[in-house]
Amino acid sequence: MSDNKKTYWKGIEQLTNDPAFVKNAENEFPEFLPISDNEEGGSSRRDFLKMMGFGVAAVSLAACEAPIRKAIPYVNKPVDIDPGVPNYYASTYVQGGDYCSIVVKTREGRPIKIEGNELSKISQGGVNAQVEASVLSLYDNERLRNPKKAGADITWEELDKEVAAKLNSIATQGGQIRIVSNTVLSPTTKRVIEDFKTKYPTTQHVVYDTAAAEGMLVANEQSFGKRMIPSYDFSKADVIVSFGADFLGTWISPVEFTKQYSKTRRLGDGKKEMSRHYQFEGNLSLTGANADYRTPVKPSEEAKSVVALYQALTGKKSSIANIDKAAADLKKAGSKSLVVSGSNDPAVQAVVNAINTMLGSYGTTIDASKPVYYKQGDEKAFGTFVADAKAGKVSAVIFYNCNPVYNTQYGADIKNALAKVALKISTSDRLDETADLVEYIAPDHHFLESWGDANPSKGVYSFVQPTITPIFKTRQVQESLLTWAGVEKVDYFEYLKGGWETTLVAQGMSWDKALHDGVIEISESGTETDTGTEEEGDWVVGPPASASIPDAISKINTNYKSSGTELSIYQKIGIGDGTQANSPWLQEMPDPITKATWDNYLTVSQAWAVENDVTFVEGKSNMAKLTVGDTSLTLPIVIQPGQEKETVGVAVGYGRTSAGKVANGRGVDVYPLISKINGMSSYSVMSGVSVEVLPEMYQVAQTQTQQTYMGRETVIQEATLGEYQKDPGAGRYHPHIATWQEESGETSPGNLSLWKGHKYKNHHWGLAIDLNTCTGCSACHVACQSENNIPVVGREEVINRRDMHWMRIDRYYSSRPEEEMSESEQGMMDSRKLELTASNPEVTFQPMMCQHCNNAPCETVCPVAATTHSTEGLNQMTYNRCIGTRYCANNCPYKVRRFNWFKYHDNSQFEDVNTYMSNDLGKMVLNPDVTVRSRGVMEKCSLCVQRIQYGKLEAKKEGRRPNDGDINVACASACPSDAIVFGDMNDKESQIYKMLKIQDTEKADYIIEKEIGEPRAYHVLEEIGVKPNVAYLTKIRNKDKA
Amino acid sequence: MSIPIDDILVNKDHAPSGPVVSSLREPLVTGGKTVHDVTEDICRQVEGKPTTTWMLGMAISLATLAVGAYCVFILVWEGIGVWGLNKTVGWAWDITNFVWWVGIGHAGTLISAILLLFRQKWRMSINRAAEAMTIFAVICAACFPGLHMGRLWLGFYWALPLPNTFGSLWVNFNSPLLWDVFAISTYFTVSLVFWYIGLIPDFASIRDRAKNNISKAVYGALSFGWDGAAKTWMRYESVALILAGLATPLVLSVHTIVSFDFATSVIPGWHTTIFPPYFVAGAIFSGFAMVLTLMLITRKTFKLEDYITINHIEMMNIIIIVTGSIVGIAYITEFFIAWYSGVDAEQYAFLNRMTGPYWWAYWTMMTCNVISPQLFWFKKIRTNIAATFILSIIVNIGMWFERFVIIVTSLHRDYLPSSWAMFYPTIYDVGVYLFTFGLFFTAFLLFAKFFPVINMAEVKSIIKSSSLKQKK
Repeated sequence: MSDNKKTYWKGIEQLTNDPAFVKNAENEFPEFLPISDNEEGGSSRRDFLKMMGFGVAAVSLAACEAPIRKAIPYVNKPVDIDPGVPNYYASTYVQGGDYCSIVVKTREGRPIKIEGNELSKISQGGVNAQVEASVLSLYDNERLRNPKKAGADITWEELDKEVAAKLNSIATQGGQIRIVSNTVLSPTTKRVIEDFKTKYPTTQHVVYDTAAAEGMLVANEQSFGKRMIPSYDFSKADVIVSFGADFLGTWISPVEFTKQYSKTRRLGDGKKEMSRHYQFEGNLSLTGANADYRTPVKPSEEAKSVVALYQALTGKKSSIANIDKAAADLKKAGSKSLVVSGSNDPAVQAVVNAINTMLGSYGTTIDASKPVYYKQGDEKAFGTFVADAKAGKVSAVIFYNCNPVYNTQYGADIKNALAKVALKISTSDRLDETADLVEYIAPDHHFLESWGDANPSKGVYSFVQPTITPIFKTRQVQESLLTWAGVEKVDYFEYLKGGWETTLVAQGMSWDKALHDGVIEISESGTETDTGTEEEGDWVVGPPASASIPDAISKINTNYKSSGTELSIYQKIGIGDGTQANSPWLQEMPDPITKATWDNYLTVSQAWAVENDVTFVEGKSNMAKLTVGDTSLTLPIVIQPGQEKETVGVAVGYGRTSAGKVANGRGVDVYPLISKINGMSSYSVMSGVSVEVLPEMYQVAQTQTQQTYMGRETVIQEATLGEYQKDPGAGRYHPHIATWQEESGETSPGNLSLWKGHKYKNHHWGLAIDLNTCTGCSACHVACQSENNIPVVGREEVINRRDMHWMRIDRYYSSRPEEEMSESEQGMMDSRKLELTASNPEVTFQPMMCQHCNNAPCETVCPVAATTHSTEGLNQMTYNRCIGTRYCANNCPYKVRRFNWFKYHDNSQFEDVNTYMSNDLGKMVLNPDVTVRSRGVMEKCSLCVQRIQYGKLEAKKEGRRPNDGDINVACASACPSDAIVFGDMNDKESQIYKMLKIQDTEKADYIIEKEIGEPRAYHVLEEIGVKPNVAYLTKIRNKDKA
Repeated sequence: MSIPIDDILVNKDHAPSGPVVSSLREPLVTGGKTVHDVTEDICRQVEGKPTTTWMLGMAISLATLAVGAYCVFILVWEGIGVWGLNKTVGWAWDITNFVWWVGIGHAGTLISAILLLFRQKWRMSINRAAEAMTIFAVICAACFPGLHMGRLWLGFYWALPLPNTFGSLWVNFNSPLLWDVFAISTYFTVSLVFWYIGLIPDFASIRDRAKNNISKAVYGALSFGWDGAAKTWMRYESVALILAGLATPLVLSVHTIVSFDFATSVIPGWHTTIFPPYFVAGAIFSGFAMVLTLMLITRKTFKLEDYITINHIEMMNIIIIVTGSIVGIAYITEFFIAWYSGVDAEQYAFLNRMTGPYWWAYWTMMTCNVISPQLFWFKKIRTNIAATFILSIIVNIGMWFERFVIIVTSLHRDYLPSSWAMFYPTIYDVGVYLFTFGLFFTAFLLFAKFFPVINMAEVKSIIKSSSLKQKK
């Protein structure tokens, strides 16, 4: 090693021992560092990096800026609102004269679903399709948001000032004021109107109904001296005869009647008897479809068949089919029988009264001491109003939530007459046909925003309470009327409550309890009712004035003359009188009978179609020109089995011009065709009807086009009552397959399986559906749509067979019997013959939804396992995972799976039909517990899994197991006939367990999920061994022979 | 096995090395071609300028492809709803086209693999094009399982058993659709490799003849440095043999598995155990028909009459009679079993095929598939080029209808009469089908122009030697 004492200097500074260097020599950075600059406010490298980091982040954040939607939280949490927890409020649905006691489900302050109110003695927890759909009208974008004057927005103060001034000046000049409305069920509203009348004494309240029942009022007045409609109790009837009364669908109080009727149709261990139901009608109505014996009669014969029945009961034979048989049955049943007629002719109703009196039905099935107040329209008064208005005698008219320009036959007259009325006010919620013609519109709240009450029948009161703060600047009619009547600082709530308090206190009830329950009953014998009508008393039905009967019969004989083709107008189950026509749910709800959506049409019989060369090509058929008097309408044709062959039918409620974009231009308006018989409006038109078949073709959008069940006993199993009484398993079809495993060489398909089956240790959910009590009313259908956010797809897509309904009601007609076939038809192959329907078929309704198969064919074929089986027996669908191969839908033997062919929400293609998924207002109705499905995924009935989960969690919070009834699915809870029963098949206390008589079994190497002991219960398509969790009970008809 | 001989090494005086062809037999290649002629004939297309016919064909194909691509775009953009499907008929043209293309894709591998194993020398002049057809047909087929999905953007990878971040979420191995994914991808891979290996020596020939640098570079790369050494040839032979062995079971398995899509379901008309053999026979049937259609055109336009001879056409027609008859028997067997089973739904499904609203589709199928191939019993017809061409197209129309009948007529009227419905196609159904035609012909035309359409190396091994020529 050489000398290593070399010195290396850091620089010349060290060598020279520069004092400046020596000073800094000990520092880590002896030299100047920019960091020190920082203290003087400059920027450093670190700062640069910081700034750049921030800059990059800021720029990238700015680049992905999303539209800002402000969510505004509550400042203080409302007492009753917990996010995710629904609240329920009892309320009342009143629409015209229709009534239903309801419970409204709200989530975060929004009403989202309507259920029946089980506390009501009238509707008993049932609802119908229109009631279910009414929640959607709250969020209808077509609702008026402001009071209006001559089409322009105006404030309430201005409107009140102007209206009050005008009313005052009219009143002081003695000008006539009219309030026009449909039947008003609310006693407090009547009081309001009385107050208004006190202020303006020239006021008259004119009441009309779209489907009038005044004939009954008049007939009862003639027969018994009392203008009323009695209450009916179908549940006590052994024999029911109905002449054109669609009491399960649209007549008087269908929900109530369906409840009662279903009780007489239910069969079980203790009960082997059921009612026998005869129906005489021209169109095939929902009620007719449920009848045991149905006779198609022309409208002109319908009245005569009432007479024929009357005479048959007195011993005279009739030539009309089934009249003698009905008479014999009625006689046998005596007081346990009920005869009703849908006619609005007092003469016909008088004969019906005579029949019921003769049978002694008053006191059993008819309670005249407990009248109902549903349809109180006075046609004479209404006619006078129209005439007065035409003559310029009316100075002011207030249309209280009614639309007579559209839904009466006087529409054109009223339209012309309104030009002569000085002050025209409408309280309509939208610019409807009538509101279009008035000067002032004072829009009413939706009933879900309102306070109110209703008096559906004597002693029964029902309350309306708001379930949401008014969405728009609307105001209750009652408040408007009171304001105009000069009442200061009107608060209708106080007015209502004040009116009730004394009554309630007198009855020992509290206001809160009354609101909570939604319904109260007050014994009212001898007291004055709020209707302000005559004293009721303990009124007992005496024999009808016998002299009136021959008179009525002679009137019938002169008034009802057949002249070739006759027209029978009807209301559809969904659209009804057209008030809710802008509801896409109701528009797309398939009519229970024709399965048609989005249109009205002329129903004609098969024979008529053949005679008039109606052609069918790929679902399209000729249009027809329907002429009545000098009115002609062009509308499509639907061939309707069961239609009387010289009768054509058409529904009202369509052809709206000013209801909103869903309804406008759908179908044709047939209100102008309503005729008059015996001084009353009549839905039957018996003269001047002609139909011409046009060459134009049109397709009515139907969800089902194959009418018969092709003799497939594995689908529909039915028997007659006689057979059932002998053998409860009558009509059952027991498929067998060959096997070497059994000694007999065959076994039932459920016993053999490739799969090991499932063991349900906790719950095992299932449905039981009684085909005998199901009337096909479709309330479940709309309930399901409402619960599960099911999109509406529109007419074109229904034609393309892409309706999205998770549950449907399959409607099957019986096949044509050999003797009805023409020669060419007899030569057909058997399979083709089965496709033909009988001219007056037996009808079966079969609600069909996902069957939640235990050996589900859909589950095995999904490549990504998006549909799987739950530990509780549910076949569940995972939308997020679905890639949309549709293999599951193809392999579903029940064809209940629905594919999202398009994006249905927020899509301009569907905004005119799927309105409620296309705007922010409409979306408020969506159930937040259920995903809105995206394009390209499969969906189907989940057995309301969100309700199951909710019920289980509620029970868990209380530290117990869910009890039977805690959880109910939407369809079952809506069902007015209790035909659908949901429950836990593992729960031995559950209704479904008992109903199906379930026996748990286990077999060697596989498990049979549940053995059903009830002989009537069957699984649809049992032979393919998919083992559904939905069981059906056979359809039993009370017929002598099949 | 024959030993292909590079033409440089061949001397006309040498005896043919190891040919199996008997001198008594008709030569497989006519026109007295020498090995050099073979190279010239095949390479002419590759090396020359594109012909007007080719340009015209390409223009039509590209136009079709563009129209189809627009329809595909709309389909993906708007949703499956642009097709005519509905809640009852969830598959129609999509899966019909899928099965049809897969079926067509059977002939190539059958010709190159099975006929190779059976030492059918006549396959040599057609196997290259047939394999190309297979590959393109399988690509076209694979479009449909993708495009028919509601959410294609997720489906194409969710349907694969890939590790994922969804926890234990896995594909459903029970699903025949998943089996399809495996079957088709395996088949495609093996076919592609087999085809490409066969192309290597020919690419090398082209490379060696290439006059410009681009060709040299491209074909040089494509030929993977093929050196023509005896050792290389030996490896080539063994790989071909191994791949043939692998491909052979695949020919049978692919369509068997495709048929499981239907056979394992519960739908009457689908749920039949006869499907696997019947589908395989049908696939070969349609595949050969498609090979004929394409070969007859190629032969004419590229003047390859000496390589694809009447003998070839006749052979293929005979296979068409055999498979067509198998298919016919299968149709009849299905009917017999439907009747014999005593199952109502099954009986109705088959009755409905014949007499229901889609009777015309059924009878089109019967006429095209069962009756028309029987014409090939006549030697005059099976050796007539025009007749063969027409019948080959008819057979493929028939086979399309077979799948349509199976899929649509079974679905449109199944168990519950309430759901019975009709299927009507829309322009997008047609458009997406056209897309695959555009794709197929574009690919095939590119292949015909830039790749040797006939396996030169193999064909050279069956060229008759000069001694035979002298005998003539």
